[in-house]
Amino acid sequence: MSTSVEPEPSPEPSPPKSAADEPVRVQRSFAARMLARPEIGALAAAIAIFIFFFAVAPPFRTLPAFATVLYASSTIGIVAVAVAMLMIGGEFDLSAGVAVATAALASAMISYQFSLNVWVGVLVSLVIALAIGFVNGYLVMRTGIPSFLITLSTFFVLQGVNLGVTKLVTGTVATTNIDRLDGFASARAIFAGDLNLGFITVKITVLWWLLFVAVATWILLRTKTGNWIFASGGNKDSARAVGVPVKKVKIGLFMGVAFCAWFLGMHLLFNFSSVQAGLGVGNEFIYIIAAVVGGALLTGGYGSAIGSALGAFIFGMVTQGIVFAGWDPNWFKAFLGAMLLLVVLVNLYVKNLATRRR
Amino acid sequence: MPDTIAEHAASDLKAGTPLVQMQGVGKAYGAIRALEGINLTVNAGEVACVLGDNGAGKSTLIKIISGLHPHTEGELKVDGEVRRFASPRESLDVGIATVYQDLAVVSLMEVWRNFFLGSEIRKGNFPGAPLDIKGMREIADEELKKMGIHVKDINQPIGTLSGGQRQCVAISRAVYFGARVLILDEPTAALGVKQSGVVLKYTAAARDAGLGVVFITHNPHHAYMVGDHFIILKLGRCVLDRKRAEVSLEELTTQMAGGQELEELQHELKR
Repeated sequence: MSTSVEPEPSPEPSPPKSAADEPVRVQRSFAARMLARPEIGALAAAIAIFIFFFAVAPPFRTLPAFATVLYASSTIGIVAVAVAMLMIGGEFDLSAGVAVATAALASAMISYQFSLNVWVGVLVSLVIALAIGFVNGYLVMRTGIPSFLITLSTFFVLQGVNLGVTKLVTGTVATTNIDRLDGFASARAIFAGDLNLGFITVKITVLWWLLFVAVATWILLRTKTGNWIFASGGNKDSARAVGVPVKKVKIGLFMGVAFCAWFLGMHLLFNFSSVQAGLGVGNEFIYIIAAVVGGALLTGGYGSAIGSALGAFIFGMVTQGIVFAGWDPNWFKAFLGAMLLLVVLVNLYVKNLATRRR
Repeated sequence: MPDTIAEHAASDLKAGTPLVQMQGVGKAYGAIRALEGINLTVNAGEVACVLGDNGAGKSTLIKIISGLHPHTEGELKVDGEVRRFASPRESLDVGIATVYQDLAVVSLMEVWRNFFLGSEIRKGNFPGAPLDIKGMREIADEELKKMGIHVKDINQPIGTLSGGQRQCVAISRAVYFGARVLILDEPTAALGVKQSGVVLKYTAAARDAGLGVVFITHNPHHAYMVGDHFIILKLGRCVLDRKRAEVSLEELTTQMAGGQELEELQHELKR
């Protein structure tokens, strides 16, 4: 490898050419490349858990049960995919759970109080959600304070605002039923409709979820923006030095999470016609766990959108599987914790294997 | 192969024309003056070496030229125009590329993605246009081969390459994207003898292709092998500013090692 650069022709004997002329580029084996994918650990875990519940819980084997599992997965996965992208970009968002409630509450109250078409509420709440995401991102970038702390503050602020404003406006801790307002039927069809696939009927959120994951995967792996997301999370100084607009990328990611939180909020609102003010608290960790189970590194720069979907699917299977198996659902959290630990260990092992110096 | 660099180097470069000129440039971080009164001219086809111990202000100097931190006093001219860079992008846009010692690459990303980071090739020019992955892989592979870096697989994370290889990827990237001024921040500091040789050869090749090179180092031996002009920094000030003809390696070494201070230390430690 000495030689390639010789500014001036020199009389030195040129080094053995044969080595350089051989095709030096080798493709790693298929197995090695697959093992290097971030979502491989989650895929193995998903298959194992599926087989497990398939074996122990007879009701789990039916198609309607599978539809239920997919629905439960989609309500986690829709936000988890954006959270995974944010984590690849090297940041956290602890306000994602309550932002879902904020969007739903804002939409319901605006539509009801002003007797407007529900679509007005939908759009106004989208603006509110994106503003929350922007503020999160801007504060993190502007102050340099870890996003963990900034979004923890947002989490508490929103939690309080959700309860306070709802109580102030409606006098209770839930919004009034909005199913008789104009536009409810069309909004319900978009956000909370049923999708008949012939052999199985699933909630439309499943479709949205898969679509979001596909779009996110495309962005991450096939666009410039995706490259910038990985670089911003992997090494923001290098990224900045080669001209990547790190701040814009990260603020955009926070807004992406806010968008997905809004989307889930709309689903919940139009599915149940009213929302509880305390909704969503605690879910932020579920999204983060789904992303981590799917191979995202807490330190950023590594992960995948498909992984987050597998993570959400694992969640869906476990929550529903425990019920189908007839066990006490109180064990759910214990199971979750153990599984998280296991998957993180597997991911660590796989990542070391994949990035070892060759 | 020697024409790899010449191929990409901007054609309007004429040896000897000043590309970057600094006059009385200084930088203060709050009350701390990290750098003051620096005069430095980088000519096309020449290597300007900036030497100095840790904390002498070398990094601050680079950060000013590369746009990471703007200077607070003095004047910085690029191609005769007064500039004050607010971001690395601005500096890159006028053809100044910096290869950092430690933050050159994103180690978890593939070699080709690192090569094109920030200057990706796309199929089309609309938002969300797909990347030309195949094209980028081929170009990166070819460029690296020309430099004599044979990566096993262009898709492997760059963290799996050796330090020298990573440095060369970063340099060839800068040259490929048409840099006119190349700033090398301690390119040989973490490398073994053989790999340092590769980097030095490449530095010389860049110079011969007409690029202006700023070579930052604390190794006077490496500097003397490629340099045309030397300045030594100490505590944010310039203590030596000579052309190659006016200075010997011994003098550089002594100045770098601390000169008078070293003699005193030698006397003190005498046994």
